[in-house]
Amino acid sequence: MTEITLVEAVNMALARAMQEDDMVVVLGEDVGIDGGVFRATDGLFQRFGGARVFDTPLSEGVIAGVSVGLSAQGFRPIPEIQFMGFIYPAMDQIFSHAARLRNRTRGRLSCPLVLRAPYGGGIHAPEHHSESIEAMFAHVPGLRVVIPSSPSRAYGLLLAAIRDPDPVVFLEPKRIYRAVKEDVIDDGEALPLDTCFRLRQGSDITLITWGAMIVETMAAAAKLEHERVSADVIDVATLGPVDMETILESVDKTGHAVIIHEAAMTGGFGAEIAARLAEHGLLSLEAPVLRIAGYDTVMPMFRLEDHYMPSAARIVDAARQSLAFG
Amino acid sequence: MTKVCEFEIHHTRFLDAEGHVTGPLPQFGEDTDSLKALYRWMVLTRSFDAKAVALQRTGRLGTFASSLGQEAVAVGAAAAMQDNDVLVPSFREQGALLVRGVPMKHQFLYWGGDERGSVYVNNAQDFPNSVPVGTHAPHAAGVALAIKLRGEKRAVLCLFGDGATSKGDVYEAMNIAGVWKLPVVFVVNNNQWAISINRAQQTAAETLAQKAIGAGIGGEQVDGNDVIAVRHVVGQALGRARSGEGPHLIEALTYRLSDHTTADDASRYREEDVVAAHWKEDPVARLRTYLNENAGWGREDEEKLIEDIAAEVEDAAQTYLNEPPQAAESMFDYLFADVPAELARQRDDVRRRAAKGGGDD
Repeated sequence: MTEITLVEAVNMALARAMQEDDMVVVLGEDVGIDGGVFRATDGLFQRFGGARVFDTPLSEGVIAGVSVGLSAQGFRPIPEIQFMGFIYPAMDQIFSHAARLRNRTRGRLSCPLVLRAPYGGGIHAPEHHSESIEAMFAHVPGLRVVIPSSPSRAYGLLLAAIRDPDPVVFLEPKRIYRAVKEDVIDDGEALPLDTCFRLRQGSDITLITWGAMIVETMAAAAKLEHERVSADVIDVATLGPVDMETILESVDKTGHAVIIHEAAMTGGFGAEIAARLAEHGLLSLEAPVLRIAGYDTVMPMFRLEDHYMPSAARIVDAARQSLAFG
Repeated sequence: MTKVCEFEIHHTRFLDAEGHVTGPLPQFGEDTDSLKALYRWMVLTRSFDAKAVALQRTGRLGTFASSLGQEAVAVGAAAAMQDNDVLVPSFREQGALLVRGVPMKHQFLYWGGDERGSVYVNNAQDFPNSVPVGTHAPHAAGVALAIKLRGEKRAVLCLFGDGATSKGDVYEAMNIAGVWKLPVVFVVNNNQWAISINRAQQTAAETLAQKAIGAGIGGEQVDGNDVIAVRHVVGQALGRARSGEGPHLIEALTYRLSDHTTADDASRYREEDVVAAHWKEDPVARLRTYLNENAGWGREDEEKLIEDIAAEVEDAAQTYLNEPPQAAESMFDYLFADVPAELARQRDDVRRRAAKGGGDD
């Protein structure tokens, strides 16, 4: 057992996967000798060599596109996009090709790639370095979108994503890359995809979130506990296909739901969960489903980002509002 | 001021527009059977295109992109490949697909709106048609990287049109192929038109071949209506790629004699007499003249070929038309290796409704 951070867990899972399977290769900008700007690929070049870890020219489109070609040849490429704010040129490759290749060739060719990108705000980064656009990927058929929220889940979910036979967009909440340390055993055990994780048991209200927002959500749950409100906290983890059974079961117990995400509210993935709660959980609900999300503004530069990001206070307010309904 | 570097773009042709030899033919050109084989592929491609257009006009095929006039590019390039090379084509390269062993039935299926058309049996590593323009070029680089990593002696052929050279993807793919010295040959099928946008509107560059220079790889032009030249130049480049000498760009100059697709009306943007003038460059007639004059190809040979091919195409069309449709719910079957629960529910709905003929409950 070693106490490691989330980004170290990513690194550990990458090394484990590369050790287990020669077909696993890592590529991206500065992922080689530099070890990645967040050090997620630290040491991999030195350990596995230049035939497994490639520094690419500065082109997100070609990083994703080359990965499509590699994966069609049976490799398991893990392309890294340095920041999610620069992922847009890669989206054409992921949407138009990676997500569709198995279907359009009726299984003849497939794309078992894992596109990794750090995402989200809160580290006072420059403009275009703090975006959260996970919902855009979750909208596209043929893709899995996986977001870990702890070192152990980063390790287990990344291994699962790499072993999965289909393309996975793996978004790493960079604000909590080094926020907490956890004992993670490097035993090669994957965690299940398409499954939510319950982070806290409660009976009065369900708080549904993912990524770095688990920090604010757990803080809100602790505050609510002082008000004798016990919150069930669910980390969605896989956005598409989303595990609604766990969410519906929780809401059936609590009757109240607040969805929290950092991405802008409109068209965010919270809307999808809210719609499904309306479709399948209406009779369980004792109050409208509420969303606490980033505002529908451009992600502000860092002087204002704390005002943009959902806070524990906003989540507590929403929980109180839900519980006071009717 | 000092001259730092200098570049040249060379152009190759062996047959002029009248089918007369302009210089010594490459070695395979001495073998008349191999030239007759190229001729047959071109005639077959033209006949396939004509049938596909006819099927579309009678409501039995979807929108179709004919390759009329540019058969020599696809056929010549694909004929230069080895079986274990990989083709990464755009969407107007039916001649290349035929040479690679994709049955006409499959190509009819594809343009008839059926994904089963992209299930290739003879060349299972080849990529399906890329309808998005130019975004398949990085895939070719990726396949070439896989080949290089495995130390295999094979190469990738990537075909795209003149319009694609305006896209970043093509440059990005050539650039990374250059940096990593990948075994990939990019061929621009320059048919002078991207729907209504002509070559001069596409770029101020004198040639498309010189786009290679900025990417640090070799580039050259070939007469794309001279199938011998295409076969030769692409073959040389693929040979160099297989032996580790890296990527190359070839601009094949040809002309789109057809509309862009069956949904297009080219008379809105180009003059008929210009098109008529380009018929004088016809790659099929050009090789026929050569074969007439140098390989004893006579009228009877021609008539028999036309007759055989007509029967072959008709047979493929009938097989296509008689192909049982895919199950409606098959749209879910290949999104993921295993169908997730939510998709299985949606699939059941499609299956149930399709079984009832689509009526309400």
